[in-house]
Amino acid sequence: MDLNFSPEDIAFRDEVRTFIADNYPAGLKAKSEEGEELSKADFLSWHKTLAAKGWAGIAWPVEYGGTGWTSVQRYIFAEESARADAMRLLPFGLNMVGPVIYTFGTPEQKAKFLPRILSGDDWWCQGYSEPGAGSDLANLRTKAERFTGDDGKEYYRVNGQKTWTTLAQHADWIFCLVRTDPTVKPQEGISFLLIDMKTPGITVRPIITLGGEHEVNEVWLEDVIVPVENRVFHENKGWTCAKFLLAHERTGIAGVAASKRGVERIKTIARTEIDSFGDDAQPLLANPFFKRKVAELEIDLTALEFTELRTLAGESSGKGPGPESSLLKIKGTEIQQRITELALEAVGHYGAPYFRGFGEGDNEHPIGPDYAHRAAPTYFNMRKTSIYGGSNEIQRNIIAKMVLGL
Amino acid sequence: MDFNFTDEQTMLRDSVGRYLSDTYTFDARMAAVNGDSGWNPGVWKAFAEELGILGAPFAEAHGGLGGGAIENMIVMEEIGKALVIEPYLQTVVIGGGFLKAAGGALADAVIPQIIDGSAVIAFAYAEPQGRYNLADLRTTAKRDGAGYVLNGHKAVVYAAPWATHFIVTARTGGSVRERSGVSVFLIPANATGITRRDYPTVDGARASEVYFENVAVGADTLIGVEGEGLPLVEQVVDEATAALCAEGTGVVRKLHEGTLDYSRQRKQFGKAIGEFQVLQHRMVDMFMEVEQAVSMTLMATLRLDEPDRARHVSSAKNKISRGARFVGQNAVQIHGGIGISNELAIGHYFKRASMIESQFGDADYHLRRYESLMD
Ligand SMILES: Cc1cc2nc3c(=O)[nH]c(=O)nc-3n(C[C@H](O)[C@H](O)[C@H](O)COP(=O)(O)OP(=O)(O)OC[C@H]3O[C@@H](n4cnc5c(N)ncnc54)[C@H](O)[C@@H]3O)c2cc1C
Ligand SMILES: Cc1cc2nc3c(=O)[nH]c(=O)nc-3n(C[C@H](O)[C@H](O)[C@H](O)COP(=O)(O)OP(=O)(O)OC[C@H]3O[C@@H](n4cnc5c(N)ncnc54)[C@H](O)[C@@H]3O)c2cc1C
Repeated sequence: MDLNFSPEDIAFRDEVRTFIADNYPAGLKAKSEEGEELSKADFLSWHKTLAAKGWAGIAWPVEYGGTGWTSVQRYIFAEESARADAMRLLPFGLNMVGPVIYTFGTPEQKAKFLPRILSGDDWWCQGYSEPGAGSDLANLRTKAERFTGDDGKEYYRVNGQKTWTTLAQHADWIFCLVRTDPTVKPQEGISFLLIDMKTPGITVRPIITLGGEHEVNEVWLEDVIVPVENRVFHENKGWTCAKFLLAHERTGIAGVAASKRGVERIKTIARTEIDSFGDDAQPLLANPFFKRKVAELEIDLTALEFTELRTLAGESSGKGPGPESSLLKIKGTEIQQRITELALEAVGHYGAPYFRGFGEGDNEHPIGPDYAHRAAPTYFNMRKTSIYGGSNEIQRNIIAKMVLGL
Repeated sequence: MDFNFTDEQTMLRDSVGRYLSDTYTFDARMAAVNGDSGWNPGVWKAFAEELGILGAPFAEAHGGLGGGAIENMIVMEEIGKALVIEPYLQTVVIGGGFLKAAGGALADAVIPQIIDGSAVIAFAYAEPQGRYNLADLRTTAKRDGAGYVLNGHKAVVYAAPWATHFIVTARTGGSVRERSGVSVFLIPANATGITRRDYPTVDGARASEVYFENVAVGADTLIGVEGEGLPLVEQVVDEATAALCAEGTGVVRKLHEGTLDYSRQRKQFGKAIGEFQVLQHRMVDMFMEVEQAVSMTLMATLRLDEPDRARHVSSAKNKISRGARFVGQNAVQIHGGIGISNELAIGHYFKRASMIESQFGDADYHLRRYESLMD
C-alpha cells in the first residue's frame, strides 16, 4: 500500500499541468469566473484542443482513439483540470454513448460515430427520461415501430416525448431508449437507437430552470424515421446498454476534484467577507460557526476522496464499477450541494440580487462582489444533482438491495 | 393561556386569504414579476381600499384597524402562502413600526398615507461591509444648519424601486459598529442626491443599491432621538423578523402541501410516490418543521413586548431558517425534475424560502445572538 504517486505519475502530472496552463482558453476561464453561461462554441473549444492532443477519450481504450490512461492518471487529469478551473468535457458523447458504441456497436457504427464523438464534431444528448418515466425508466413509452421502406430497407417510425434532455438545443444526435415490444416485461421490450437531430419530426422545446438557465429541454418525436442500422445491440435488448451506461454515468459523478476547488473558493470568499457582529469584525473564516462547517465539509470530502480511490484501485484490478458507485454518487452530490449552501451563506445580503437582471451597469456602482453573483442561482441549480443520474433515493435503494442484500 | 384568534382576526385572515387565492394566482404573480415595474400597484390599491389591511396594525386615531403584531403576523402568513411581492413588510411592518414607536408629527403625517396606499416605504439599513450587524454603519448624517446631510451606500434595499420614502440608518456620531451615534431618518425617495441601481432579486422582488451623495434633509425627517436610534432599530427589526417568520411559515406550509399533493398524483413503479416509506417519513419531517414554524412564530410575536424580546426572536428565526431550508430542499427533491423547473410554483416557493433564511440574519447569526443573550 502506498499513498504516494510514482515518479512516472509525477512526470505525468507535470505534463498535464503545463499543457492546461499553456492551452486553456483565457476567455473561457474568464467566462466561468464571471459565471456566464457557456455557448456551444465555448464547450467545443476545449474539447477540440484536448482531442487534437489525443486527450479527449480519457477512459477509452487506445484502439478506439482513447488515452488508455490508468485510473491514477485519470485521477490526476481530473485533479489538474479542477485545479486550473478548466471545464469538464460534457459526458453525453464521451462517457455515455461512446462506451456503449465501442462495447456493443457494430464495426460500422464504431467507424461512423466514435471518431466524431472524440473530435467533438458530433454533439450528443441523452434521451432516456420521459414525463412518465423518471426513476422508473423502464416505464418509457416512446415507441418505435419497424417497417420496410419503399427503398426495401428496414426502418423504425418513432413517436413519443423525451424530457429533461440536457443541452439538446445544441445536439446533432440523440441516443434514445424506445419501446420496440409493448407486449413483454417492460425491460425486455426496449431498444437503444441513435437518432440524427435533423430528422424531420423532432421538436426541441426549452425548459427554463430555477436560476434562469436554459440547460434542459423537452424533445418531441413525431413520426421520426430512423434506419435500423442506427440501433445499437439487439432489438429489445436496449436495457442491457442502458444499465451499462448508467453505471458509467455514475463513475466520476463523485466530482472530488471539482469539489476540492469548490471548498477552496469558499475559503477565499470567507477570507474576504467580513463578519460583523456586535463590536467585532473579522474575516468570516475566523467565525467559529462558519469555520467549523467548512472543516466538516473538508473532512467529508476527504472521506469521499479515499472511498473513490479505493473504488478506482478496485477497478484497475479488474472489477467493473459496481453498485458501490451509488455511494460515490450520493456522497459526491451531497458535498457539491453543501458547497453551494455555504457559498450562499457566505455572501450574505448579496445572495439576493439576480445577476441576469443587472442590465447596463457601471463599475462605480457594482452590485456586490463578483463572487456573489451566481451564489444563489448555483445553489438552486445544484439541487438537480440529487435528482438526476438516478435520484439519491434510488441510489439508496440500489445499495440496500445490491450491497446490503435487503 | 389563549391561542385563539378574535373574531376580527379570523375575519382578517379569511378575507386576505380569499382575496389572494382569488386574484393573486401564480400566473398573475409571474406576470407582475416579469413586467417592467416588477410589482402590481393595483394589488396595493386593493390592499388599501378593498381589504383595508395596510391599516391593520395602526391605531384607529390614525385611521387604522387598531391591531398590532398579531395582525401583522396574520397578514404576513397569507403573504407567504401567495408569494406576494408587494412590500407590506417594508411599508407597514417596518415603516409603520418606526413611525408608531416614534410618534409625533412625522407619524401623524405619514401613517395615514401608508394606510391609504399612497406611501410605499423601503428600509435602507444594510451596508456592503456590515453583514447582519445593524450598527455597522458608514453612512453618515452630518448636522448642517437646521438639518442634516447624508452620505453613504446602502446595499440590497428591497422594494427601493417602488418606494416613495426611504427609512435610512446613518451615523450622526460614534465610530463604525459603536452602539451610540446611530440615527434614523424618513426621507422622500426622490430627494436630491439619491441615486439607485435597480435590479430584480432571485426571489421575484426588486431591490436597489442606494447611494446618498450630499442629500440635504430637514430636522423633521429624524425619527426618534439623534444618536440614540439603535435600540429602536433593533426593536423594529425584531418586529420585522417576527413578521418574516410568519411569511416563512406561510411559505413552508405551501411547500409542504404542494409536495403532499404531488406525491399523491405522481406515479412511478406503478404506485403513487407517496407510498414509498422513505418519502412518507421525509414529508412527516417537513410537516413537523411546518408545525414548529407556526409555534415559533406565535411565540416570538407574543413576546415582542417582553424585555428579552431579542432572544426570543432570534430563537424563532434560527429555527425557521433551518426549517425553511429543510422543507424547501425536500419539496424540490420529492418533485424530482420538475422541482427545478422555473415554470412551476414550487420552485418559486423554494427560492423565497431560501432568501427568508438569511433576511435579517441567517441561522448562524441568530444562533450567535441567542447564545450571547442566553442566561
Ligand atoms: C437538470 C437535469 C438534467 C437532466 N438531464 C437528463 C438528460 O440529459 N437525459 C435524460 O434522459 N434525463 C435527464 N434528466 C432526468 C433525470 O434523470 C430524472 O429527473 C430522474 O431520473 C428523476 O425522475 P423524475 O424527475 O421523473 O422524478 P420521479 O422519478 O418522479 O421522482 C420523484 C421523487 O420520488 C422519488 N422516488 C421515485 N421512486 C422512488 C422509490 N422507488 N423509492 C423512493 N423514492 C422514490 C425520487 O427520488 C424523487 O425524489 C435530467 C434531470 C435534471 C433535473
Ligand atoms: C424501555 C422500553 C420500555 C417499554 N415499555 C413498554 C410498555 O410499558 N408496554 C409495552 O407494551 N411495550 C413496551 N415496550 C415495547 C415497545 O413498545 C416495543 O419495543 C416497540 O413497540 C418496538 O417493538 P420491538 O422492540 O419488537 O421492535 P420491532 O417492532 O421489531 O422493530 C425493530 C425496528 O424496526 C422498525 N420497524 C418496525 N416496523 C416498521 C415499519 N413498518 N416501518 C419502518 N420501520 C419499522 C422499528 O422502528 C425498529 O427500529 C418498551 C420498550 C422499551 C425499549
